[in-house]
Amino acid sequence: MSTVPPSLELIGVVGVTPYLVVSAILFTLGVFGIFVNRKNVITILMSIELMLLAVSINFVAFSVQLGNLQGQVFSLFVLTVAAAEAAIGLAILLSYYRIRATIAVEDVSSLKG
Amino acid sequence: MILATIAFYFFAAICVASAVLVVTLRNPVHSVLFLILAFFNAAGLFVLLGAEFIAMTLVVVYVGAVAVLFLFVVMMLNIDKVGMKEGFQKYLPIGGIVCAILLAELILAGFGIRAAAGEAAGAASGAVVPPASTLTNTEQLGMVLYTDYFILFQSAGMILLVAMIGAITLTLRHHPRVKRQNVGDQVARDSKSTVRLVKVKSGEGVKP
Repeated sequence: MSTVPPSLELIGVVGVTPYLVVSAILFTLGVFGIFVNRKNVITILMSIELMLLAVSINFVAFSVQLGNLQGQVFSLFVLTVAAAEAAIGLAILLSYYRIRATIAVEDVSSLKG
Repeated sequence: MILATIAFYFFAAICVASAVLVVTLRNPVHSVLFLILAFFNAAGLFVLLGAEFIAMTLVVVYVGAVAVLFLFVVMMLNIDKVGMKEGFQKYLPIGGIVCAILLAELILAGFGIRAAAGEAAGAASGAVVPPASTLTNTEQLGMVLYTDYFILFQSAGMILLVAMIGAITLTLRHHPRVKRQNVGDQVARDSKSTVRLVKVKSGEGVKP
């Protein structure tokens, strides 16, 4: 078994399942954060980041388990989209704060041009 | 070997604990700081998996850019910390129930996949082991990313460009009362239109 790369020896210790469990817990915490923080857009955006991180962990764990790099490539794209989403989301939040002087999202539906 | 296991549970525990604090803390600044901690520990998990490039990208992009952006915005806005958590108690039961069901389903699905993979591995043992390679993770990723996924890579760059332009467009505004420099006007000025030579007689002033 000397041909096995070190990363596979590592994942052989813990297996892929604990990574999936950590990822599931992180994703659920993200959903929970969106549920309970109805007033705070910043925390909602952070919860979305947590969910994207969980998805990345899932992709990379399966990528290493299957010996296929596609998962890691896709994880990079997830990272890109997360960065773009954070930038746009925070910019929209700033414009909203300038108009309303609050970041409560419960009455965002009244925001017009 | 045992060290890797200990490291995994260490990183995983801190990651999950700081994620809990991100969604429950009252002060958004503390939430962002715990988000940074969660990202660092997730990067540790990626290093344990052998995905070094993703781990370092996570540290650079998430911690260096996204989390700091969050921190800037949180500190720019004057947020009422007390009213922030008003709906917390109200939405806690329904959110807890939905999230418990979701977590149970996700973990059950994970174990189901594990069982299926175990059967498949039993059928063709050693199939998951890729051919031995002396290349590092970053080199392998680069060889795939710049060839097979070149179009997607360029599209990711375009997405970032559009996001940058969008963020600037959304937040940049010109205040009407602030005087701004007009470079074109300044360059177009010449001496004929601005300088006037006047002979001044003694005892009289200069008429404008």
